[in-house]
This record gives sequence, C-alpha cells and structure tokens, in this order.
Amino acid sequence: MNAALKYIVPAAVGVTALLLWEWRVHASGISPLVLAAPSDIWAAFLANFDVLMGALWTTLRVTMIAFVFAVFGGVAVAILFSQSRLIEFAFYPFAIILQVTPVVAIAPLLLIWIGYDNITTVLVVLAWIISFFSILSNMVVGLRSADHNLVDLLKLYGASRWQIFWRLQLPGALPYLLSGMKVSGGLALIGAVTAELVAGSGNDTGLGWIITLAGRNLETAKVFAALAMLSVLGIAIFFALTALEWALLHRWHDSAVKKQS
Amino acid sequence: MTALLSLSGVSRRFDNGTQAIARLDMDVAPREFVSLVGPSGCGKSTALRIIAGLLTPDTGTVTFPDEKPEIGFVFQEPTLMPWGSALTNVRLPLDLEHMNRGESNDRAARALKRVGLSGFEKAFPRELSGGMKMRVSIARAIAAEPKLLLMDEPFAALDELTRQALNDDLLKLWAEDELTVIFVTHSVYESTYLSSRVVVMTPRPGRVAADIALSPPPIRDESYRLTPDFTQAAGRVSAALKHAMAA
Repeated sequence: MNAALKYIVPAAVGVTALLLWEWRVHASGISPLVLAAPSDIWAAFLANFDVLMGALWTTLRVTMIAFVFAVFGGVAVAILFSQSRLIEFAFYPFAIILQVTPVVAIAPLLLIWIGYDNITTVLVVLAWIISFFSILSNMVVGLRSADHNLVDLLKLYGASRWQIFWRLQLPGALPYLLSGMKVSGGLALIGAVTAELVAGSGNDTGLGWIITLAGRNLETAKVFAALAMLSVLGIAIFFALTALEWALLHRWHDSAVKKQS
Repeated sequence: MTALLSLSGVSRRFDNGTQAIARLDMDVAPREFVSLVGPSGCGKSTALRIIAGLLTPDTGTVTFPDEKPEIGFVFQEPTLMPWGSALTNVRLPLDLEHMNRGESNDRAARALKRVGLSGFEKAFPRELSGGMKMRVSIARAIAAEPKLLLMDEPFAALDELTRQALNDDLLKLWAEDELTVIFVTHSVYESTYLSSRVVVMTPRPGRVAADIALSPPPIRDESYRLTPDFTQAAGRVSAALKHAMAA
C-alpha cells in the first residue's frame, strides 16, 4: 500500500465518523446529557482547558512513575529469576497472584495501609501492579532465550556467569523487554485511571477523577473530552515506545527491520 | 609423535535415555586434519562437545598429553550475536579475556581480513549472506589463536560453490596457523578433500567403524577434485561409510 494512504485512509474514516456523529446528534435530537456532539466536546475541552490539562499532567505523572518502577522492578526481578530457578519457583506464583487479582479489589486495602492522606502513592502502587507483570514475564522469557550454542561458546572461552549475563543474555532480552514495555506503558495508563476511579483523587486531580465527577454532574461533553485526552495520551505513549524500540533495534532485529519487497 | 588429544573409552547417554556414543577410542596428532563422518545421530557432535569440555563423558576420558590447547569452536549455524557488528562478534573471545580494546580491535580486524571480510567490520549479521556469516564465525574462532579447532558441520547449510570456497580458505588457515582440526561433516567429498584422516562412525550408538588415512597433496585446489586420487580416496571413505551403516 502507498505509504501516504496508510495515514490518509484512517484519517478519512475518523473525520467521516465525526461528521456522521455530529449530524446524527443534531438530526435525532438526542439529549446532550446522553450523547454530546463532537462540537460540544471541543467546546467543553476549550472551556475546561486548564483543568483538563492539569488533570492530564497528574495522570501522566502517575503513569510514568508507575511505568518506570514497573520497568526497573520487572527487570530486576526477572534477572533474579533467570539466575536462580529456586528463586523463580519460590516467587513466580506470587507475581502471578498479584497480576490476576483485580486491582479494584486491592484498592481498599492499599488505602487502609498507605493512608487516605497519601492517595497519589496508592494510585502509583495500583498502576504499578497492573503494569509490572508484562515487563516481568517478557523479560524472563527474553533472558531465557539466549542462543544455547552462544552460551556454550562463551563457556568454552571461560566466560564467567556475569559475562554470560552481560554480554549475551541482557542484550538478547532487549527485544522482549521493549515488547513488554509497549504493553506495560498502556497498562500503566489504564492502571492510573482505574486507580483514580476506585481510590479517588488526592490533592491533584487526574483525568480518571475528572471523568468520575463529570459523570456524576451529567457533564457528558466533559467526560468525552477527558476520554479523548486519555486516548491521545495512550497513543502517544505507544508511539513513543515504538520509536524507542525502532531506535534500539532497527539495525539488527527482524521486528524493527523494514521488510524488503 | 605424541598425540595432541586422546579419547579413551568415551561413552555418553543423554537424560532421555539415548545412548549417543557407545565407546569411542581415538588419538589426534598435532596438525592433523581429522574429519568425523557418520550418519545423523551417530554422536559426532556429541564427541566434539566432549572434546571441547562442554559435555562430560559418562565413562572414559579425554586427555591432552601436553597442556590443554586453546580451543576454537565453529558451530553448524554461524552463532553470531545479532546486536553486534562483525568486528564485535570476532572480538568476543578477546573481550572475554579482557584484552585491551585497541589490540583486540586490531586482531579482530586482521582475522576478518584473513577470511576475506575486510571492509565489513561494521556490518551487522543480518546484513551479511550465509557464507559471510560463516566466515565471521571462523574469524572469531581464529582470532583467539587456537591450536585445536573443532568444527561441527560448519558448511552444511551453504551452497556448493560457497562451501568449496570456504573449504579452500579453511585449508589455508589450517596450514598457516599450524592448526589441528577436527571437522564433523556428512559429506564424503568434503571430508576427502579436507582431511588427512577420516574417522567413520557407526550409527547410534557411535563407535569408530573405520579410521582411514589419506594422502592429499599439501596444497590442493579445485583441480584436485577431478583427479583419480581424489575419486579413489572418496570411494574408500564412501565404502567404509556404507559398511558402517550396514553393520
């Protein structure tokens, strides 16, 4: 497909959908409390610009802190697992338990333990719980996927365990880590918003809490405006991580190399 | 002449119960070029890994009458680090022994030049052809200046012309570096062309079925493949292999 068409086609579909949406809302007389027209959403966005941008920054900050902790924590735990089967057997089931337990169910406990005066920390912890596991599981697989012949070769040359890890396992795991980061980045955002929906908001109000409040006040256009900002933020995180993946892998890994046709 | 290495009563059974090698007795003299030939699964690669010290035998011993020589290993696949340039890959054994970067770069570049890859130092493995990748793998093996080179079907996946070119390059390296080479192959013709000795193994569990000394000309090229001597030598190896398979 022509490269330009890859952008033009989805943009055209999006614009057409917005126009149809606008027309349908006005033509059918649907109450703006039920479904706001795109023009109303844009107006709500402009009217609440400062509040929404502040909330966006709050959500982004929680997302990024949780994501960074997920990356460092996931990589660190995966390294521990890769170095000792015993440690993996001992702790991996608990990592899975943490992953499969709904974050909504953990929130009340965290609120009690961390405190209602420390909501931001609760939000970060909840977002971290959601985003941590994809880093851990991808990194564990990546560290295990080192070419066995290369491992043997390094052993033949007298490489220490540290040298095998540093020169072989870690760089070999990079594509897996970056793949996990793309999933984890989105999950951290979902986690941050979900956490706000269930744990409320601290001193700073995020987009999740804006949606909660606007929903209660039947400010449907404002809800849509916040939702649109979350979508844009999610897409931005995905593209930023995709760009990072390309920058680090494009010279050597098939996943980032353009297909020759 | 004192053997460089001796295998005595070596056997190996894998965890799944497969007896790969029943009993292997073999001496290899310094500067010999020995090919191990046999059907798939007869334990050729296992024997090579035991010699390298990557596997331990269940019974028997591998001894090096003098001190254990520096060993280079070339696998069937190029086994390169995809994230490293050709130079980085060749430099690997030197980096592992903490050689200073300037010297290791020089040695790696020299090794690449010797295998005909001068100018490809910065190329990544995915930018190289199969034959070039295998050349990088050989360069990595010789960069560490081994005395014993173990090669596990290194050219099996290459086209015939590339394979023949690499055969000639390998013979040149063998002569120049005074290497001892143990070369695993399925190919009767390749083993006949390269070797001063061909050890034919039985089907699993592997034992030595025949040990054939050959007398190829010290300097050989394409024309040797067309001589009656070559045809006759290949016929001997082929007959021994058929006999081993039938046994």
